[in-house]
Amino acid sequence: MTDDIAVRIQDVSKRFGRGRSAVTALSHVDLTVARGELVALVGASGCGKSTLLSLVAGLDRPDGGVVEVTGGRVAFMFQDATLLPWLTVTQNVALPLKLGGVPSRERADRVQELLELVRLGDKGTKRPHELSGGMRQRVALARVLAQDANVVLMDEPLGALDAMTRDRMHDEIERIWQDLHLTVLFVTHNVREAVRLGDRVVLLSSSPGRVKSIYDIDLPRPRRMDSAEVAREAAVLTHDLREEVRRHVA
Amino acid sequence: MSPERPPTSALVDSTTGLDTTGLDSTTGLDTTRLDTTGLDTTRLDNAGAIDEPGRLREIRPLPGERPRRARALWAVTWPKLVALGLVLTIWQIVVWSGWKPTYLLPGPGAVFADLWHQGHDGTFWQGIAWTLRRGVEGFAVAVIVGTALGVLVARSRVLRLGVGSLISGLQTMPSIAWFPLSMLLFQISETAILFVILLGAVPSIANGILAGIDHVPPAYTRLGTVLGARGLRLYRHVIIPAALPAYVAGLGQGWAFAWRSLMAGELLVVIEARPSLGQFLQFGLEFSNATRILSTMIVILALGMVIDVFFTVVSRALRARRGLLAKQSNS
Repeated sequence: MTDDIAVRIQDVSKRFGRGRSAVTALSHVDLTVARGELVALVGASGCGKSTLLSLVAGLDRPDGGVVEVTGGRVAFMFQDATLLPWLTVTQNVALPLKLGGVPSRERADRVQELLELVRLGDKGTKRPHELSGGMRQRVALARVLAQDANVVLMDEPLGALDAMTRDRMHDEIERIWQDLHLTVLFVTHNVREAVRLGDRVVLLSSSPGRVKSIYDIDLPRPRRMDSAEVAREAAVLTHDLREEVRRHVA
Repeated sequence: MSPERPPTSALVDSTTGLDTTGLDSTTGLDTTRLDTTGLDTTRLDNAGAIDEPGRLREIRPLPGERPRRARALWAVTWPKLVALGLVLTIWQIVVWSGWKPTYLLPGPGAVFADLWHQGHDGTFWQGIAWTLRRGVEGFAVAVIVGTALGVLVARSRVLRLGVGSLISGLQTMPSIAWFPLSMLLFQISETAILFVILLGAVPSIANGILAGIDHVPPAYTRLGTVLGARGLRLYRHVIIPAALPAYVAGLGQGWAFAWRSLMAGELLVVIEARPSLGQFLQFGLEFSNATRILSTMIVILALGMVIDVFFTVVSRALRARRGLLAKQSNS
């Protein structure tokens, strides 16, 4: 059973600041993610979703509890694409390989392969500012894949995209996740998006952030954002989320 | 759009058919002089009328065939030519006013004649070569020292607290104030000049890269860390390239300081048998040769401007590559 686990988060707490102004971002969070699973994290803004990802990525340390990644290398996909503007698309995707010491010939082949995978095979010589928002996120996705990671953390990567582009990106992410047998932790504030993508959806409550409830999404894939099933599941979640927000505002 | 529109009333007036001679007499401008200084009024009219195609045809059947690039070049060139013409005109008027005798303040004609004459003199070119060589060598050393210093200060908290403000402070120190000390330490030598060039240019360069590093978006640093770049590799692949535009700006400023220090140095540290621009100035003063002083000053100004343009072009290219320039309108 342990072999099937990619990420184990056990009784994790995280505070920011000190003394009276301290904010508890996460409080006693427990979550286990299986290998090859796509788990979506939803919650109101400020519920500690991003903090949780930072902890899993090892960018930050928890104040209490254990974060354990046993599913292989971790890669991080940011809210905005964060492509380096002085590099071409090819160079951006090649950067992790370069830092990993992959020889340049091998690198070129691998980058081309990855760009084809995200359907940007002909855009290698472009610079980031010449691309649309969706293309930029696909480059970022290719760069994540270049890290040869098994566990991919995505922090609202589609938040800034229009509905059509976002739909296509869902397909891309789903396809690549399945083809490469990745484990994905996907943070979003969009409940439908969470239901569209997730094997499970984790609802986080805010201040302090903790796991409110976990939903198994048993709908067959590929799902559609605008399908009745997705809408129905999403409605249940939205209801709970709204409850949570109301409890909080009151 | 606005920069391409003729800003001066003279142009607008000429397209609207106002009497230009009347205008000239009010501003005291001599049209004949303006024309000789390279201002072609008919072409100016055309440039001014680009926005009004109807009018354009009346004046002269124009663009269409004229390549866009040439027109764009002309659009940025003519204001400079007008400004240059104005300066020369005012200069000439002051000379004509008899404020100073012409052996103290010669007119542009005499000065440019001297420049032409000097162009056939080997010493003149040797002087330019020596000055440029000192400038380039001094600047190169300053780039190495300044960059290293900037990176060190950026990386070390202690260094930043210790010398961070000192670097900015040094920038306010007029470089000429260093010369007495420099000449005591290094006598009349190349080293004395180099020393002051360094003190002039290093703080600007160090400050440039320091500001660049300080303003690297945290997202880039975070990305670098996530991708596994630490320490020097983070600098090489993320921080230095991200800081490059500010660095180039610092280099441009550093060059300006180096150039000023160099001129001060060549005036004070006159090394025998080594002609240089500063030396020409010094000799001009000693022999009361005002024409020579002015022609040398024009060379110094022109060289400084050419190199400044170089830095501007590099900086623009850098920003364009990163999509940081506003899209230019299609005119």
